[in-house]
Amino acid sequence: MADDPLASVEPRAGVPKPDPILVVDGVQRRYGGLVAVDVDHLEVQRGVITSLIGPNGAGKTTFFNLLCGFDKPDAGRWTFRGDHVEGTSPHVLARKGMVRTFQLTKTLGRMTVLDNMLLAGRDQRGESAVRGLVRGTWKGQEAELEAKAHDLLVRFKLDAKAGDYAAGLSGGQRKLLEMARALMTDPALVMLDEPMAGVNPALTQSLLGHVTALRDEGMSVLFVEHDMDVIMTISDWVVCMAEGRVIAEGRPADIAGNAEVIEAYLGIDHGGSVSGEIR
Amino acid sequence: MSWISVFALALQTAVGFQGASYALAATGLNLQFGYTGLSNFGHVGFLMMGAYGMAIASDRGWSIWVGLALGIGAAVLLGLALGIPTLRLRADYLSVVTIATAEILRLVANARPSAPVTGASRGIGGLSESLGFFRPNFFPEGKYGIGNSFLFSSRQLWSMVVAWSCVLVVTLLVRAWVRSPWGRVLRAIREDEDAARALGKNVVVFKLQSFVIGGSIGALAGALIALDAGSVNPGRWIAPLTFALYTVVILGGAGTVWGPVVGAVTYWFLLDFVDGALNNLWFDVSDTTAGAVRLALMGVGLMLLMIYRPQGILGSKEEMLASGR
Repeated sequence: MADDPLASVEPRAGVPKPDPILVVDGVQRRYGGLVAVDVDHLEVQRGVITSLIGPNGAGKTTFFNLLCGFDKPDAGRWTFRGDHVEGTSPHVLARKGMVRTFQLTKTLGRMTVLDNMLLAGRDQRGESAVRGLVRGTWKGQEAELEAKAHDLLVRFKLDAKAGDYAAGLSGGQRKLLEMARALMTDPALVMLDEPMAGVNPALTQSLLGHVTALRDEGMSVLFVEHDMDVIMTISDWVVCMAEGRVIAEGRPADIAGNAEVIEAYLGIDHGGSVSGEIR
Repeated sequence: MSWISVFALALQTAVGFQGASYALAATGLNLQFGYTGLSNFGHVGFLMMGAYGMAIASDRGWSIWVGLALGIGAAVLLGLALGIPTLRLRADYLSVVTIATAEILRLVANARPSAPVTGASRGIGGLSESLGFFRPNFFPEGKYGIGNSFLFSSRQLWSMVVAWSCVLVVTLLVRAWVRSPWGRVLRAIREDEDAARALGKNVVVFKLQSFVIGGSIGALAGALIALDAGSVNPGRWIAPLTFALYTVVILGGAGTVWGPVVGAVTYWFLLDFVDGALNNLWFDVSDTTAGAVRLALMGVGLMLLMIYRPQGILGSKEEMLASGR
């Protein structure tokens, strides 16, 4: 990016960012004696792609679930778009503009692809049990949502499937549908939990294109990912976790050369294959 | 008895008040279980609220409308009282709590200290006279129907017309609900609560609404059953009635608008036809044996249904397959 807002940010764990959308302080999650997550301070910059990496068991997904309200921390505070949101329910966070996807996709198989999309529309008048009975009160809004859903389905190449049950989609198409559905909520921050897991290389490319498109449209993206190549290609900023802590932060190139990351993530020096240039 | 009579009598039960009241009660359960995925195993408790609402109103000399309001009001309160603590938890908690609560309610109504309110084990009688359920009956005295067996008295005809009218109105309401964005959220919750939550839906509120509305429909059915019978006593509101309603919902097709209606009519037709057939054999079958055999056959029938048509009579095969990801 030409005007990289993170250009002057020092690559160090817990570093402040010029315009953070999410600020985390002292978040801890313990399971009995095991400290699964222990993040002192983390800021996620607005309008960029931040990836959260780390070896298996580093606490990435747990941390992710805490941030979205799907799990409750034992300690800690965090703000989203300036508001304190610790202890906030997931549905409230979603309405505030933080939408997530799941590692194991949660497309609704018994609903059509279009219904999956329409479900996600925000502030629907017809979702009131009383107004739902009076079609006239929500018909107009439904038509607007349908138009919006159709545009998104075209963009994600799912428009031909709109009337099919989502159960009939392939694994990759479900990932696409989940991402498209998330966009129906007009999010400010899109949180993707391993969006490329179990997806073939061709589709990975298309998913990557969609993720960068989100950023280019002004959304912030935070995603958990395993695949180093993917991370190095599209991330503007990388946060590396190990044993529940944030051990390093920086641009992909900083992370690729970081000895601590290499040790934690790979256990050994992985040589040249972990580099920003790979592709 | 001729086989035509056996057939006619079974049909009479199926399209009569029995069929209608079961269809209505099952419509409430269908909203909860079929559309929202809530396993309410104490639906009979909601029916009981409606029935006792009528009985208490009759006992105190209040009007039929007060009785209806009392019953539905009690069902709403029961729904909230059961739903608020349990609907936040995993699905199994709701089943355990509802089945236990329905049983507790029946035992409380049956207990001697409850006698001033519920009439304890003797219940409350004389409802139809004091509440005037049959007063607006415009069908003149006499028999209505075809032939010698498919016949309804003017009172039976009135009960069944009132009950089927309620079924029609409630089913059309449910149809409008499940086709609305509200119903879409219920279907999403049935499949995956977390997905609905992640998309900004307040899952607990939707579940509570569905639970309370379904329970109120059950109470309406209970109120009609009390009015038709003219008396209420605790022995009737037992768990097997809930299971019969589940049979009706699954038979007709859970999560379909007209499933409960088709299910209730089919259920009563089969049950009564088997009953009549057993009494019409060349050897004698005692009533207890006939009762046991018809339930056993119902069980076999349900198993066959689950194997060959798990989506029920009206359910969509494609949707059923979609759920088994």
